[in-house]
Amino acid sequence: MKSKWFLVLTVGLAFILGLTMAMVGCKTTTAETTAAETTAAATTAAAETTAAETTAAAETTAAGGEIKIAWAQWAPSDYLQKLSEGFTKETGVTVIVEQVPWETFVQKYNAEMIAQNDTWDIIIGDSQDVGAMATGGHYVDLTQWIKDNGVLDSFTPASMTYYAEYPKGGGKYWAVPVEGDALGWAYRKDLFEDPANMEAFKAKYGYDLGVPKDWNALKDIAEFFNDPAKDFYGVAIYGDNGYDSMVMFVEQLIWAFGGDIGDYSTYQIDGILNSQASVDGLEYYNKLFKFCPPAFNDAFYVKTNDAYVAGKVPMSANYFAFFPGLANEATNPYAKDTGYFVCPPQKGRDGQTRQFSALGGQGASVVSYSKKQDLAFKWLEWFIKPETQMEWAKLGGYTCHAATLASQEFLDATPYNPAFAKTMEIFKDFWAVPEYSELLTTMSTTLGPYVISNKGTAKEALDACTKEWTRIFTDAGYLK
Amino acid sequence: MFRRRNEISSTSIQYRALSDQALIRAFVLPTIVLLVFVNIFPLFWSLVLSFTNFTAKFPLVWGKNPKFMGIGQYIRILSDPAIWVKFITTAKYVLMSVGGEMLLGFGLALLLQIKFKGREIITTLLVLPMTMSPVIVGLMWKLFYDPNWGMFNYLLGFGKIDWATDIKYNLYASVIADVWMWTPFVFLLALAGLSAIPQYLYEAAEVDRASWWFKFTRITIPMVWPLLLVALIFRTMEAFKVFDVTMGISGRGATAPQLLSIYLYDTAFVNWKTGIGSALGYIVLIMIIAITSIFIKYLNKAKQ
Repeated sequence: MKSKWFLVLTVGLAFILGLTMAMVGCKTTTAETTAAETTAAATTAAAETTAAETTAAAETTAAGGEIKIAWAQWAPSDYLQKLSEGFTKETGVTVIVEQVPWETFVQKYNAEMIAQNDTWDIIIGDSQDVGAMATGGHYVDLTQWIKDNGVLDSFTPASMTYYAEYPKGGGKYWAVPVEGDALGWAYRKDLFEDPANMEAFKAKYGYDLGVPKDWNALKDIAEFFNDPAKDFYGVAIYGDNGYDSMVMFVEQLIWAFGGDIGDYSTYQIDGILNSQASVDGLEYYNKLFKFCPPAFNDAFYVKTNDAYVAGKVPMSANYFAFFPGLANEATNPYAKDTGYFVCPPQKGRDGQTRQFSALGGQGASVVSYSKKQDLAFKWLEWFIKPETQMEWAKLGGYTCHAATLASQEFLDATPYNPAFAKTMEIFKDFWAVPEYSELLTTMSTTLGPYVISNKGTAKEALDACTKEWTRIFTDAGYLK
Repeated sequence: MFRRRNEISSTSIQYRALSDQALIRAFVLPTIVLLVFVNIFPLFWSLVLSFTNFTAKFPLVWGKNPKFMGIGQYIRILSDPAIWVKFITTAKYVLMSVGGEMLLGFGLALLLQIKFKGREIITTLLVLPMTMSPVIVGLMWKLFYDPNWGMFNYLLGFGKIDWATDIKYNLYASVIADVWMWTPFVFLLALAGLSAIPQYLYEAAEVDRASWWFKFTRITIPMVWPLLLVALIFRTMEAFKVFDVTMGISGRGATAPQLLSIYLYDTAFVNWKTGIGSALGYIVLIMIIAITSIFIKYLNKAKQ
């Protein structure tokens, strides 16, 4: 009798164990399938999933349905939620834009994708992450859809390259550009145009105070206004390196001074990232950073905007997406006196002048594990319409739609839109390879101590980063 | 008991059929299954992964991801000079924070042995930091350290030092917060140890006209030593893997102290290098076990 009870108990537990194992097994099998076939298989798998879910999805659509979009926690997500009300009116499909705090955004959606969850139907993810997500089979291949819907013709070529394409130049697309962001500048016109300031500046530097004509002039202006004794400082720029803020600022300076962060086609790093031109760019960052207010080592978009609206600096750099706060009189007492300019050009030691802005922004990708891919595609089709793009721009979103960007209506919509439109011609992105997060972490930790704490030299920092990046690319099999 | 069981209905007769041994197994088995799934299996699975190059972010392709690397991952970690910087920084952190906690905790316990009015309230207040969440402690100290308006620089007259994110000071910033939070733990254990010392030992020493120092080194320290060792073991283990306090104060990246725990987090959960992260985790585990074993050896000696 007792053995019978024990048997029943054991069999029961074995059943539970077996069930759990089977579930784990199912997950692994899916993962293996996706993995073995890598990027191409992801498309097929996604297509199969779509087919399998068609009936259910059709029912969902008939009933209105709901899709969930993951994006970072910031104003553009609110604008997108507002914009999507139009889609709901048109189709009856409810759109929920779920906002994840910036600090954990990338990690959160990476974790969800690794677990192959269908929490979200669309992810508006960072441009650098496209490679990893595509290779991992987490995003649906949109190449055919993009061609069928004429997205390549209607959106700016640069935005398609940096937000959607992987590998770069490979002709495969994984996203639709949503927020075409890049770094730009806000400045206090009242201070720049003050006669006393103008006179003193000209006396000191020999040229007129105004929107900086190059990065050297920007540093002169920062130095001119920097007066810690009066608790006023020269400039507000990023210092934080927990994610990509410092790296984005570093790369645009390296490019402007004639250096580069590697050869995107050959993966060669040595001799490029640690070239003298790159050293010039990094040294410049270190020098400019000295004119920041105290406690700027962890400054990201909030601190730079805060310093500006608190009247502590005459100019600040930030992503354009954060400029609405500066243009709003309710949040910025200097809103009326605020002007905007693009990242200035710079003549490198080779005599050539270059102008770059680091790319921010994100593209919308359909999640491979979504059970509502048909609704997700429907939303994308609605989103790329010219009238939706104009509405998106009017709400405050940064469209990459070429016709909208070129329209006078867009240029007149906000005081910073002209600078934004110009920036869209000069932006460039970080490595978008699957190993990008490792590259980012390494660059932050190797260059950060020099930029923010004067530890070592620019050459030493870049050499250390070059060594690590070469190892990462060798491990990944790109370099022999 | 037997008589009562015999009295009740036929349903309980069926229960009687389940022997004591079977009943024990029935009760223990679910716990064992849970432990196997939640603790043992992940432990062994991570051990297996530590010998591979597995990256969770990339698709599972047997032979490629994961690919068996043998002890290659361990050799790579231990031969990387950058890792040794993190080992040294972590060792500094452990020495400074645990050292500070032991000195202050034991010192406070000695002081609070003196009977005075309000002693109980002070004891309760001293314990409060330990009851807080480490993340909250980290964020709170981040505010204290703010060079513009934080209390730390203002009260101590340090000017505009950026304790939280300046690489020259960020390690000390975390140590100070850790000492603030965990000194009460040492203090409580030391106080318990001191209270348990029989009074007659001091009285006998008094009769022999022993000096304060003699009583302290020959009675107080030996009697309280086992409990101090327990505190030392716990605090060393905790300090070695400190994460939340430091993350709250300095975040990640170059502005944070280069501690092993933060590097491990970056490797495993930011870069998704699961294989190398597991290997690093095991190296840390072995180190903690080795250090703890030494302390436990001393603890056993002290008990004898």
